[in-house]
Amino acid sequence: MYPSRFRYEAPRSLDEALALLAEHGDEAKILAGGQSLVPMMKLRFAAPGVLVDINGIAGLGFHEETAGGGLRVGALCRHVDLEHSTVLPGAQPTMAAAAPLVADPIVRTRGTLVGSLCHADPQGDWASVMLALGGSVVAVSPRGRRTIPVGEFVVGTFQNALEHDEIVVEAVVPAAQGARAGSYLKLERRVGDFATAGVAMALESVGGQILRAGIALTGVGPATIAATEAAEALVGASLDPDVIDRAAELAAAAARPRTDHRGSADYKRHVVATFVRRMLTAERAPAGAAA
Amino acid sequence: MTSTEIETKDTAIPTRRVTVTVNGEKRAADVEPRLLLAHLLRQGLGLTGTHVGCDTTNCGACTVLYDGAPVKSCTMLAVQADGHEVTTVEGLGTPSELDPVQEGFVAEHGLQCGFCTPGMMLAARALLDRNPDPTEDDIRWGLSGNLCRCTGYQNIVKAVLWAADKERTGDPDS
Amino acid sequence: MTQTAEPHAASPAPTSQALDEVKIGGLGSSRTRVEDARFIRGRGNYVEDVTLPGMLHMEILRSPLAHARIRSIDTSAAWAIPGVKLVLTGEMAAQRNLAWMPTLSYDTQAVLATDKVRFQGQEVACVVADDPYIAKDACDAIVVDYEPLPPVVSPEQAVAPGAPLIRDDKAGQADNIAYQWEVGDKDGTDAAFARADVVSKLRLHYPRSHPSPIENCGAVADFNSATGKLTVYLTSQAPHIVRAAVALIAELPEHLIRIISPDVGGGFGNKVPVYPGYVCAILCSILTAKPVKWIEDNTGNLSSTGFGRDMYLDSEMALTSDGQILAVRYHATTDQGAFYADAQPTKFKIGLVHSSFACYDVPVGHITAQGMYTNKAPGGVAYRCSFRVTEAMFFQERMMQAAADDLGLDQAEFRRRNLVDDDQFPYRTPFGFLTDSGQYHKCLQIGLDAIGYDDFLVEQAEARKKGRLLGIGISTMTEPLGAGNSREYDILGIKMFDSAELRVHPTGKAVLKIGAQTQGQGHETTFAQIVTHELGIPALDIVVEHGDTDHTPFGMGTYASRSTPVAGAATAMVARKIRAKARKLAAHLLEVSEEDVEWELGRFYVRGAESRGVTIQECAMAAYSNMPDGMEPGLENNAYYDPPNLTWPFACYIATVEVDPETGVWDVLRFVAVDDCGVRINPMIVEGQIMGGLTEAYAMSNMQFQTYDVDGNLVGANYMDYLLPTAWETPGFELHEVVTPSPHHPIGAKGVGECAAVGGPAAYVNAVLNALRPTGVRNIDMPLLPDRVWHAAHTGDDVSGAPPFRTE
Repeated sequence: MYPSRFRYEAPRSLDEALALLAEHGDEAKILAGGQSLVPMMKLRFAAPGVLVDINGIAGLGFHEETAGGGLRVGALCRHVDLEHSTVLPGAQPTMAAAAPLVADPIVRTRGTLVGSLCHADPQGDWASVMLALGGSVVAVSPRGRRTIPVGEFVVGTFQNALEHDEIVVEAVVPAAQGARAGSYLKLERRVGDFATAGVAMALESVGGQILRAGIALTGVGPATIAATEAAEALVGASLDPDVIDRAAELAAAAARPRTDHRGSADYKRHVVATFVRRMLTAERAPAGAAA
Repeated sequence: MTSTEIETKDTAIPTRRVTVTVNGEKRAADVEPRLLLAHLLRQGLGLTGTHVGCDTTNCGACTVLYDGAPVKSCTMLAVQADGHEVTTVEGLGTPSELDPVQEGFVAEHGLQCGFCTPGMMLAARALLDRNPDPTEDDIRWGLSGNLCRCTGYQNIVKAVLWAADKERTGDPDS
Repeated sequence: MTQTAEPHAASPAPTSQALDEVKIGGLGSSRTRVEDARFIRGRGNYVEDVTLPGMLHMEILRSPLAHARIRSIDTSAAWAIPGVKLVLTGEMAAQRNLAWMPTLSYDTQAVLATDKVRFQGQEVACVVADDPYIAKDACDAIVVDYEPLPPVVSPEQAVAPGAPLIRDDKAGQADNIAYQWEVGDKDGTDAAFARADVVSKLRLHYPRSHPSPIENCGAVADFNSATGKLTVYLTSQAPHIVRAAVALIAELPEHLIRIISPDVGGGFGNKVPVYPGYVCAILCSILTAKPVKWIEDNTGNLSSTGFGRDMYLDSEMALTSDGQILAVRYHATTDQGAFYADAQPTKFKIGLVHSSFACYDVPVGHITAQGMYTNKAPGGVAYRCSFRVTEAMFFQERMMQAAADDLGLDQAEFRRRNLVDDDQFPYRTPFGFLTDSGQYHKCLQIGLDAIGYDDFLVEQAEARKKGRLLGIGISTMTEPLGAGNSREYDILGIKMFDSAELRVHPTGKAVLKIGAQTQGQGHETTFAQIVTHELGIPALDIVVEHGDTDHTPFGMGTYASRSTPVAGAATAMVARKIRAKARKLAAHLLEVSEEDVEWELGRFYVRGAESRGVTIQECAMAAYSNMPDGMEPGLENNAYYDPPNLTWPFACYIATVEVDPETGVWDVLRFVAVDDCGVRINPMIVEGQIMGGLTEAYAMSNMQFQTYDVDGNLVGANYMDYLLPTAWETPGFELHEVVTPSPHHPIGAKGVGECAAVGGPAAYVNAVLNALRPTGVRNIDMPLLPDRVWHAAHTGDDVSGAPPFRTE
């Protein structure tokens, strides 16, 4: 309930923040929304030596559309901004479905999408969503900017691919190849619970032809899982029942759940398959019936 | 402006001066960076209406408004409030006039032990500020970051509807 | 010995000048709560809000292991941290004979471990420092060298050959059995089973559940070395018991101990026992000569303080083919954790579990019970129930459904055939209780009508054809409240009566002091209403005080729904004593003999001359200014109430649910509650209590439980894993009432705080199992987690007694 001591810095600019990271190396930890970091510090599961609070840096709270159905989400864009966004509905169905399901309404006031990606909790919702969308993060350091695909960024349980002197300034959803469809389904026993299992799906199609598909899984492995084979089974295919079943089976096979008090491993796999089937069946249904 | 010293027996421990506008009043305090906002409010500023329940950012008993938005004050550092506005339960309503949310909680028996109540009322205040005409589902969803063990929530929902009615129509029984 | 129930909220006769009882806040008035004025302004005064000059802060170091021998404890690094004032270990506590303390069930419990740790989360040391952050730093700096021992995490393991002996501290304890108990008529029961047409069987586990009030436990202990007086602000549901316990444990003189329970942020049974943290805070205050505050964190609360349930039941019911119950018998096994610390009447080793089947006409029964020590947290508190009646009623109602299914009988009809009839009261139950009153059939019928039972069955059948799984579950039960009469009920030898003291001031305003302790039940509001009912003093003119042992009469506290049945009765009785004296004063003022004085609410008048009267307020003034010769001045009195019997509220709860066959997720469609808790003092508060209980019932049936993995690690040690429902998941409730006054309670009230938590769980579970009936599944243990429901639905297998699992 009481964090360990740390040094607190509140830079006013990105350059200042980068200088602090350079100075303190792996002692330093970025504080953005803090809705995962601060609880971990209170439980003393985390005890960073230096906390670099980036909340005072202007210009990071944005989220905006880019050409062709893309999206940029700044490092201080809060979950609540996405939940109530006027940009997401229609244009970003997977994100729009996920935004209200992240944590709880009060936590959403502070927590950030970018922070969630950096935290790399296998239970994190946004990592699955961004993975399904083929998204990436933009990291800056004294050496410059680099773009890291989310699939390479999330490297393990609570592990990301950042160097100690890097800061993620935004997350990026690339332009779509056609019209977007998709959703996010999450089985949680109560609001704010970690997912027993969650599935993010993102489809891009032209004239009913799926050109790109992404499926990613929450809470069913040591890290967020890209169900690549399941997604590939959809590309170029029409959503016939056998295609849907095949994708559901492949997604379930990609899951690597373990039995715990949220459910058995078999059950979690089954939920993944069920969710994939439900989402694809909804997409297949005639317009109006899928809502 | 009043100033409060947070006791630090060991002078070697670095503290920072923070100035926070709490319930409309500027307050200053020297705090250790690790001090949680909830503890600054409670111990440093003597505003014990903000309660701390869990360790894990689940219960929401410590909910306050931070620049008007509901946050769990056990999950923010006191230093993060420097230069910001915080509203606690003590700042909800005025000494002579209760906030309609407070009135609604009394009228509809929306509280029992009272421990979750301050956080619940502030979450409700924020909800109504965003949505003055909520449905029952809107309220249940909007308050789902705050736990209550006593009431079963049904009367809390009615309390918020009562407040919404009063604010929109002036008549809570309309 | 019997008191008759007076008609409540009686309408005044047309010619009368009696006050309108509801208007002045008497019985039946849904007056808003007195307590709310402070709570809605953030002006409550909980233990954590108490700050004393020079106060220090204490934190506890807990065991990370379930079972281990302590080789050594090195506290030197902790002492070296600036701001640390005291590091206390079990060895130091032992020097004051305080390393161990008695439990409420005549066992012992370690205050700070000296020899072994026996559960994860056990108190090992504590630190006192200038602030809690420093105290926590110092706890982290203590180095404990543990020698791990094999943990015992289930009753099965506890009695397995070669099981490690957990309580090697107890002389003569050679196994892991904490107690054995039995009740009923074995031979008669066996004979009934021998002639049964059908024997229904059921095995189930009521999982470990933690009451988990949002406010954790805490204390501010203030030992004044100059006066020798110890004042302790404490999160307690029973401050007077704590005072007695502290006097015995710490060997301090009882008159120099003052326990103050200020506002309590929920209790639900969790705040009845004395915990090691309290004892440590007291000892630390004595040792440092400073006030010491200890505020438990949520992990500490969930991992070390009193849980409820954790009972295994193996049961049989003997039936005739036409649905008459001939007998029941069952064996109950309780998992007590490392110390047998049930908070319950001493005579009953497994609480009042034998109150099961009290609402049905069951001729005979037999129960055996056994408690096991395991390497888990100690407890067994009455979590929102009257001493394990939650398990009793859950088991009863699950058994009723299983038996109805086995007989092929409709579950409502099966209940109808066996419920006790209105004219059978007082009714002797198969295990010896005497139920007081009720209208069981009427309650059931109101519930069935409200839910639209017959229509639902049609809808259910239609839905099944489309693959949708709808279910309906009923739970009918009566439970014993108001422990208890002094012949049978005591805790550590202290009889379970309760008390009230009433002072009527010269202007007719009054102070009522009670030995009960509110934790949200609204005593400050409702107890004034009882006085209003008896004396006609408006409720607004009465202040209710409680929770300070120096200033309130001795009482056993608030748990087991006993406040209204016992302290509430004491309140009515003391008010009647006041009224008796006021009558003499009235006679004096009216210059007539006492026999000629009549009472109506708020006023005495001369029989036959109704316009000649004096108000209760005028009598009060006379008590201080114009008493008759020879009368003792003043208008104060007290009453200790020893109830003649328990009170027996009845409830019928009906849930309808839909189960998603693909995911096992189930949603409540509707929930109807019919409660008969006797006379309702404040209907608004009664309904609040019922809805709160139904929510905890829903929680237990759906998500809320604690378990341990094979290594003895607690799963459910914080709210990330110990799930409590939010407003979003919690269903809406439709409430109905029946009023059958208790014939032996002064105002006919029966108590209500726990009925819904006791009777509710079976309604939800029965509904889900009703939905799954086509699959042949007979039981799924609570909570009905989606994966359990899915597994059962897909395999047709029961999910009973979930084993501990391995965590990575």
